[in-house]
Amino acid sequence: MASVCFYFQVHQPYRLRHYTIFDNSTDYFDAFKNAQVCRKVADKCYLPTNRLMLDLIRRHEGRFRVAYSITGVILEQFREYAPEVLASFQELAETGCVEFLAETYYHSLSSLFAPEEFSSQIEAHKNLMQELFGQTPRIFRNTELVYNNALAETIERIGGFDAILAEGADHILGYRSPNYVYRPPNTRTLKLLLKNYRLSDDIAFRFSSREWSEWPLRAEKFGQWINAVNGNGYTVNLFVDYETFGEHQWEDTGIFEFLRHLPTEILKNPANDFKTPSEVAAAYEAVGVVDVPHCVSWADIERDLSAWLGNSMQHNAIHELYNLESMVKASGDPDILADWRKLQTSDHFYYMCTKWFADGDVHKYFNPYDSPYDSYINFMNVLDNLRSRCCTAASSFPGTVMTALPA
Amino acid sequence: MNIKTVMLGWEFPPFISGGLGTACYGLTKAMGRMGMEITFLLPRIGPVRITGGNPEMTFELLESGLPNVRLRAVPSSLIPYGKYGPHASTRRLTAAELESLCAGAAPYGPNIREEVQRYAVRVLQIAESEQFDVIHAHDWMTFPAGIALAARSGKPLVVQIHSTEFDRSGEHVNQFVYDIERHGMHAAAKIIAVSNYTRNIIINRYAVPPEKVEVVYNGIDFAGYGEAPPRPEEPAGRDKVVLFLGRITMQKGPEYFLHAAKKVLEKMSNVRFVMAGDGDKLHGTIEEAAWLGIGHKVFFTHFLRGADVHRAYQMADLYVMPSVSEPFGIAPLEALQHNVPVLISKNSGIAETFRHALKVDFWDIDEMANKIVAVLRHPPLQEALRVNGRREAVRFRWEDSAARVNAIYHKVLNVA
Repeated sequence: MASVCFYFQVHQPYRLRHYTIFDNSTDYFDAFKNAQVCRKVADKCYLPTNRLMLDLIRRHEGRFRVAYSITGVILEQFREYAPEVLASFQELAETGCVEFLAETYYHSLSSLFAPEEFSSQIEAHKNLMQELFGQTPRIFRNTELVYNNALAETIERIGGFDAILAEGADHILGYRSPNYVYRPPNTRTLKLLLKNYRLSDDIAFRFSSREWSEWPLRAEKFGQWINAVNGNGYTVNLFVDYETFGEHQWEDTGIFEFLRHLPTEILKNPANDFKTPSEVAAAYEAVGVVDVPHCVSWADIERDLSAWLGNSMQHNAIHELYNLESMVKASGDPDILADWRKLQTSDHFYYMCTKWFADGDVHKYFNPYDSPYDSYINFMNVLDNLRSRCCTAASSFPGTVMTALPA
Repeated sequence: MNIKTVMLGWEFPPFISGGLGTACYGLTKAMGRMGMEITFLLPRIGPVRITGGNPEMTFELLESGLPNVRLRAVPSSLIPYGKYGPHASTRRLTAAELESLCAGAAPYGPNIREEVQRYAVRVLQIAESEQFDVIHAHDWMTFPAGIALAARSGKPLVVQIHSTEFDRSGEHVNQFVYDIERHGMHAAAKIIAVSNYTRNIIINRYAVPPEKVEVVYNGIDFAGYGEAPPRPEEPAGRDKVVLFLGRITMQKGPEYFLHAAKKVLEKMSNVRFVMAGDGDKLHGTIEEAAWLGIGHKVFFTHFLRGADVHRAYQMADLYVMPSVSEPFGIAPLEALQHNVPVLISKNSGIAETFRHALKVDFWDIDEMANKIVAVLRHPPLQEALRVNGRREAVRFRWEDSAARVNAIYHKVLNVA
């Protein structure tokens, strides 16, 4: 039996506008640019891919199943800039073949810095999934698949989850295969699903690369690779950014054709099927414990935190941000709280990354700034303004504490 | 093939006043070390030893101190950057000069045409006794000499453009200088530009076919500047120092620096701005600083030499190059050599290829001030720019520039 478990990440940050030390406005975000990107990606990726997914689900009569993790910040932007995208996800939810995962509402790194904030953001995201898609998530995936033992323990303590997702990095698996279900140490029931990064990256990164020996990748060939897993594993976890379809891999690379034929090719072999992460967790027992003392993630060749916390500017910015937590919550101002939370989105720190020379291309592609220094300066200027708002608020509303998240 | 070159330049250490001399020296030294033979003809004021009889001894042979590099003096009063170069600034200006300065007269003085011609004639005389394969001329003053020598000897001319009249004068070009530059570029077999920025000016403003223009970046010699030493312990509460180091001329954008300084001081008071250099805008800039009400925060040092340059860099928390038009920009690399992070104008050659610097449009005062404040306020930013910038600066090696020049010579001579 080989199950294919697809999970797609759907996320766009609230990008900051150009903000100098001389600015005084409390309007930090670039509404024009965010709308523009949202519309562009909706047209190139979200709408056509959702249409295709719906079509495949219907055509295969429930045998094709997928999962999404959609951040709160992109859903807010869909509501504002591209409501038809939200409607098409809701239509997918109604098929009963689509699972929605839980993550932090703000796509934040709060798991590393602010435990209380972390669980409020998960709670807010779960509520949003229930509200929009009528599901309460049972699977947790952390921002950028950041994961370690401590996170698994935290998630089990928070409760309500059957499994957690992580990168199937070589340095945590050793000789073992990502195609089995595992357990984190020191947890009772939580299961661990690991990304098969080779096959995932074949689709997400290498698909259109002409230097790649397997180019061009057709659904038939990929189906054979999945067949080869039979007898060597239970599940092939394909975790990819949803923007792979049409945005990172443009339509003319044939990515949509690949996706269109993939279910047929995989289902040709009666031993294969598609499962969502919850179904995988329910169907297969854990075969062993995977010990992950240090953080792994799905980013760059290092698969660690260095894309967000690799230099002193990134550390400085994120520490300054989380140092404001008590002031922000004491301010009693919901606008301040919302702005502070939007600043937690991991992309802001990704833009400050200076390890350009190895992984530079990917970073540059996603970066609205000319340089990591510019992004740090901009972020620190905004933070400076936010801090002064907190100070002003603290002097006018002493004693109020606020933790409520947007409904 | 081992190529022999006659190089025509203006400056060579210790007879040096700015970036051109530094560039000629660095390039020539590296070429010599590669085994290329260079005879560098240097215009020089002052008495020339004439021994008579033997023409070989008519012209002074100077000590270059470099392998494979011979330095020969050409009696001439050609001075780079005109009469407001550092040679000029060591004496007081006469009333008449001051008047012409205020009137915005051409900075090169009335005899420049004759001087350029006289230099050409002398170069021809000296070159009679030289064996060479290529003529390499640096910037416009040597172009007439280079053209004449190429015509006389039949050897190919390569001209190298370190700066154009448009960089120095904006849109108000000196037609005489422009004509010489253009003539030299068209007469040359190949043109070496110090950046793509300059290459574009050459192609667009001088109507040169693009395929004739090659880019060779300048380098910097890090010998003697080991791994970034820790900065000396600073007394708490010391004022931050922002440094401008360059000629105080229209090209270098001193007024943008001043206006940015004014804005920075609105946000933080513990900052000093040091302007090191001379130039025709010096007096105006001093007056402007006073007029902006920041005269007590801006310090003018005049042209600095040797140890004083090092001291200026050692004091600095940030080096700013707000140039209106900078063909390359070695100075930011020198700042990084001294562990000073840099903020540079986007209108520069270095900005097109250097990553670990802050960049700004020279006219964007707000953004310039924004970035200055950020560097002074956030130690992690200063540190990242310093460490990464230095690591990147080290990769600008004169050896690579010399190898590129060697390849260009081979192309011109059509040899392998």
